[in-house]
Amino acid sequence: MYDFEIQKPGSIADAVSAMSGDDAQALGGGQTLIPTLKQRLASPSTLVSLAGLSEMVGICKDDAGRLCIGGATTHAAVAADGSYAGLSGLASHIGDPAVRNRGTIGGSLANNDPSACYPAAALGSGATIVTNAREIAADDYFLGMFETALNEGEIITEVKFPIPEKSNYQKFVQPASRFALVGVFVAKYADGVRVAVTGASESGVHRWTAAEEALNANFSADAIAGLDAPSGDGMINDLHGSGDYRAHLVKVMTGRAVAAAS
Amino acid sequence: MPKDGGIGASSKRREDLRFLTGKGKYTDDMNIHGQAYAYFIRSDVAHGTINSIDTSAAEAMPGVEKVFTATDFEGVGGVPCGWQVTDRFGEAMQEPKHPVLAEGKVRHVGDPIAVVVADSLAEARDAAEAVEIDITELEPVLNMKDALKDGATKVHDDLTSNLCYDWGFVEENRDAVDAAIKGAHHVTTLELKNNRLVANPMEPRVAVADYDDSTQEHTLYTTSQNPHVIRLLMGAFVLGIPEHKLRVVAPDVGGGFGAKIYHYAEEAFCTFAAKAVGRPVKWTSSRSEAFMSDAHGRDHVTKIELAMDENGKFLALRTDTHANMGAYLSTFAPSIPTWLHGTLMAGNYTTPLIYVNVKAVFTNTVPVDAYRGAGRPEATFQLERVVDKAAREMGIDPVELRRRNFITEFPYATPVAVEYDTGDYHATMDKLLEMSDHAGFEARAAESKANGKLRGFGIAHYIEACGIAPSNLVGQLGARAGLYESATVRVNATGSISVMTGSHSHGQGHETSFAQVVADMIGIDEQQIDIVHGDTSKTPMGMGTYGSRSIAVGGSAMVRATEKIINKAKKIAAHLMEASEGDIELKDGAFTVAGTDKSVAWGDVTLAAYVPHNYPLEDMEPGLEETAFYDPANFTYPSGAYGCEVEVDPETGKVTVLGFSAADDFGNIINPMIVEGQVHGGLAQGIGQALVENCAYDENGQLLSGSYMDYTMPRADDLPMFNVDHSSITPCTHNPLGVKGCGEAGAIGSPPALVNAVVDALQRAGHDVTHIDMPLTPDRVWSAMNS
Ligand SMILES: Cc1cc2nc3c(=O)[nH]c(=O)nc-3n(C[C@H](O)[C@H](O)[C@H](O)COP(=O)(O)OP(=O)(O)OC[C@H]3O[C@@H](n4cnc5c(N)ncnc54)[C@H](O)[C@@H]3O)c2cc1C
Repeated sequence: MYDFEIQKPGSIADAVSAMSGDDAQALGGGQTLIPTLKQRLASPSTLVSLAGLSEMVGICKDDAGRLCIGGATTHAAVAADGSYAGLSGLASHIGDPAVRNRGTIGGSLANNDPSACYPAAALGSGATIVTNAREIAADDYFLGMFETALNEGEIITEVKFPIPEKSNYQKFVQPASRFALVGVFVAKYADGVRVAVTGASESGVHRWTAAEEALNANFSADAIAGLDAPSGDGMINDLHGSGDYRAHLVKVMTGRAVAAAS
Repeated sequence: MPKDGGIGASSKRREDLRFLTGKGKYTDDMNIHGQAYAYFIRSDVAHGTINSIDTSAAEAMPGVEKVFTATDFEGVGGVPCGWQVTDRFGEAMQEPKHPVLAEGKVRHVGDPIAVVVADSLAEARDAAEAVEIDITELEPVLNMKDALKDGATKVHDDLTSNLCYDWGFVEENRDAVDAAIKGAHHVTTLELKNNRLVANPMEPRVAVADYDDSTQEHTLYTTSQNPHVIRLLMGAFVLGIPEHKLRVVAPDVGGGFGAKIYHYAEEAFCTFAAKAVGRPVKWTSSRSEAFMSDAHGRDHVTKIELAMDENGKFLALRTDTHANMGAYLSTFAPSIPTWLHGTLMAGNYTTPLIYVNVKAVFTNTVPVDAYRGAGRPEATFQLERVVDKAAREMGIDPVELRRRNFITEFPYATPVAVEYDTGDYHATMDKLLEMSDHAGFEARAAESKANGKLRGFGIAHYIEACGIAPSNLVGQLGARAGLYESATVRVNATGSISVMTGSHSHGQGHETSFAQVVADMIGIDEQQIDIVHGDTSKTPMGMGTYGSRSIAVGGSAMVRATEKIINKAKKIAAHLMEASEGDIELKDGAFTVAGTDKSVAWGDVTLAAYVPHNYPLEDMEPGLEETAFYDPANFTYPSGAYGCEVEVDPETGKVTVLGFSAADDFGNIINPMIVEGQVHGGLAQGIGQALVENCAYDENGQLLSGSYMDYTMPRADDLPMFNVDHSSITPCTHNPLGVKGCGEAGAIGSPPALVNAVVDALQRAGHDVTHIDMPLTPDRVWSAMNS
C-alpha cells in the first residue's frame, strides 16, 4: 500500500467536493479496492469513504414501486431485504459473509467487473443508476469490462430497480474466485422479459436478446431449449473455461433461471 | 474397547489448545529488537538476461540499510541439491548452480534478483521500486518435450541441454520388458498428465535471522519441516558457518506438505544479511510470493503400457515419464520422479517385468519438488488409471482384475528393487466394498439417471513406501544425507519426561501421539510427558518430517531411547528393592519384583537417579537421560483401497463427489483420531488435485494461477463426508511399533479413484471417454463428453 489520506464526509455534498481533489477515489466496502491498494496497483492520494453516509445506506420503495437501494448499502442488507426475490437471492451468493457485510452495491456497479453479479441484476432489471449528478439507465451504463458511463469523481448514490413479476439469477461459479464463470439474470416484466449475462463476454455484462425474444413469446425453459447457444466468439477464454463452454453455459443457465424464476 | 490413554487411544491433540486460541508461536511471531525487513525483487519474466541493476537511487532512500544483488554473494555457495541421480548410462545428472540471487540471468517468474533491507517493510517496498533492472527477455522454455529437441533454447547455458537426467529402472529389464509387451495377448496404453500443484500451506514461509558478533553465533528462525537439514545444508554448503555457531529454529509451523522441507534462498539470504548489516533481518512471504517461490509439486507427463495375458494376468509394465524440474534443482527434486516413483510401479500387483524411464527436464518455471506423497501419487495415478482402463478393454470387472493380480505372499520382492514386508490387499478391498455399499451402486445409479445425472464409481488400490529410509540404501541411490531419526528421552527427577525428537510437527499432532507411546511404555500418564522439537540447540541431529516417516522412524528412535531408560531404571529399581535385575517388571508406572509384593513407584526410581544417596554409583552413572538414533531396515508399506462415487451433471460437466471411502492398512495405530484426521487431510488434497487444483503457465511463462482468484483450493463444500477405516492391520515387521505411517496415503490413493469414477460415469452413459487429464474441471468434462 502507498500512503494516502482518508476522508469521511458527512453528506453526499461533502463527498462530492472531497472527490474533486487530485487523485481522490471513492471507497465503498473496500472489498475490491483495498486488495488493489495492498498490491500497490493503485495509488490514490485520498480515499473518500462512503460507507458511513446515512443518505446512501438503506432500502425503500419509491412511488412507482421501484426498489431503491442506497449506493453504500451492503450486499448483506440487500440479501436480507427479500422484497425483490431475484435480487436478494443474487446478493446472498456474492462472496462470503465478510464480503457481503462490507461490499456495497455502488462499489460493485462502479467497478463493473466482467464476472461480477450485480451488473447482471441491474441490466437484467433495466435499473436506473442514480449518481450525484444524474440518472443513468442500465442499458447506457455498462460500457465493457471495468468500464462504465461514470465520469471522474461521480458517485453512485442510489440504484432503482423496477420489481418484476418473476425473476431468478443462476450463477455457475468460477471455482477459484467463486465469482460468476457465467451468471444469467432473468426478469419477467409486464412489458417484456430481460435476460442479462455476466462472466461470459469479453465486452462485459450484456443482454441475450435472442433469449428475450423467445421468452417474450413463451416464458418457459422449453423456449430456451429450442434456441442455439450464443456464439463462443468474443466470449472469455481462460484457464477456467473456453469461449465455447461459456457460450454453452449461457444457454444452460438461462434455462435454469427461467425454470427457477419466481 | 477404546482406550483412554497410551497407544491406541484417541487422545485429544494437546497442541490444538494453543493453535485454536491464537497462542501458537509461528516464525512470523518472532520479532527481534532492532530487526530490519527484507523485500525481494523478483523477476516478472520467465527467462531473460540481466543487463544491469542500478541500486543507487534505492540505497539513498529513507530507512534503507542496503540493497543486495548477486555481487554481494560472490563468496557464497549456491543453494545445494541433496540428491544426485545417476542416469541410465551411468553418468551423474546435470546439476546447475542455483544462486541465492540471480546471476546474469533470470530463469522463472519469481526468481529473486535483488533484495532491499530497510527499517520497515513499507520503506523496503518503496525503495524496491527505485531499483532499476534492465533485462532482455529470452524465449522461455516451457514444454518439456520441446525443451529436449535439438537446438532448443537452454535454461542453463553452461549445461549441454535441458535434460537433467535420463533414468532407466531397472535398466537390465529394458529389453525383456519390450519383448514381453510385444508378444502379449493385450496391451493397454494410456497417456496422461499429473498436474502441477502449489502446496499452499496456510502459513506462508518466513525467515528471521540474527547474528551476535560477540559470540559469532547465527540464529535462524524459519518455517521448516527439518531444521537440522537446513542447518547442515545452509551452514556447510552455502554460507560456510560451522554447526556450533548456527542455530536453526522451526517453531510452530502452519503446514508444510513438503514445500517446507527444502532449503530456500530466502533463508540463506536473511542469515547472510543479518551479519552484513549488523542487525536482525526478517522476511515474510506474501501469498503472491508463495505461488512463485515455494517449490511446486508433481508435473509429470507420462505414457504407460500394461501387457496382459488372456486372463488379465499382468505380464509387463513400461512407463515413460517426463518430469519437470523447473528452473533449478530444489533440495530433493531429482529423487522424486526416480527413487520415490519408479520403485512403486509394481503397486499391489505381481507384474513380473517392469521398466520405468524418466527424463527430468529443466524449464523456465518454479522448481518442482516433493509435495504430499512425492512420486508415489504419480506412480499410483498412472498405474491405477491404466489398470482401470485395462479392465474395461478386457471386459473384466475392475475389482476382479485387481484381485487376480494382487500380491498375496509376503515378504514380496518386486522387480523394482523394494521388498514389501506385509500387506493384505484382499482384506482392504473387501473392507472398501463393504464400506462403500458397492452392492447397492446400481440402484443409486438408476436414481441419479432418473434425475438426469450420471453416477459413477471408481476404485484405486495403492501402495506407498514410507518411513524413509535405510541410510546405506539411500546413500547408494544418490542421497547426500542419512535418513535415520533421533530422540533424547530426558527423565526429570520427579518422573516427568521431556522427549527431544528430531522429527518435526507442523500439524501432525506429534506432541500428542509421541507422548502416548512413551506413556504407554512406562505406564504413566501422558500429561507427564512433553515433546520438544524444532530447535537444533535442543534436539539431537534429526532429519525431520516428510514421507510419512515420523512415527515409523522418529517414533522408533523414541522407543529405542525409552527402552534404554527402562533398562537403566530397572537396574536402579533392583538396587532399591535389593532384588536381581532380571526379576524386575515395569507395569503401570511401578517396578515390581516378580513373584513378590515388593514395588517401587516410577517417581521413586527417577528421584533416586538424580538424588543418588542409595544408588549403585560404582556400577552406574546417576541421571536418567538416553539418546537413540534409529536407522530403519526397510521402508514401510502402507496400502489401501479407495472408492469414490461421483455424479456428473451432463449439461455443465460439473462433477460432484458424493461419497469417498478409504480402507487403509497403516499397520498398528497410535492415535486413531489423529490418523483419521491425516487421512481426511490427504483426501482433501488428493480430491483437490483431481478436481480443482491446477498450477498453469501461459505461453510466456507467466503464472496464470498466481493467486486464489485463479488457483482453486478444495473447500469443505467440494468434499463429501469421508468414510475412513483402518481396521485392516498387518503390522510392519521391522520396526518396534509395527507402524507404517499415514500422512500421505489420502493424497496418493484418491486422485485415480476420482478420475476412475468420472470415466465410469461417462462410459455408463455411453460416452467413449477413456481419460480426462486432471483437474476434472466442468469445462474439461463437458468438452470430453462433447468432442
Ligand atoms: C473474496 C471475494 C469474493 C467476491 N465474490 C464476488 C462475487 O461472487 N460476485 C460479485 O459480484 N462480487 C464479488 N466480490 C466483489 C465484491 O462484491 C465487492 O464488494 C464489490 O465488487 C466492490 O464493492 P465495494 O463496496 O467493496 O467497493 P470498493 O472496493 O470500495 O470499490 C470498488 C471500486 O468502486 C468505486 N466505488 C465504490 N463505491 C462507489 C460509489 N458509491 N460510487 C462510485 N464509485 C464507487 C471505488 O472507487 C473503486 O474503484 C468478491 C470480493 C471478494 C473480496
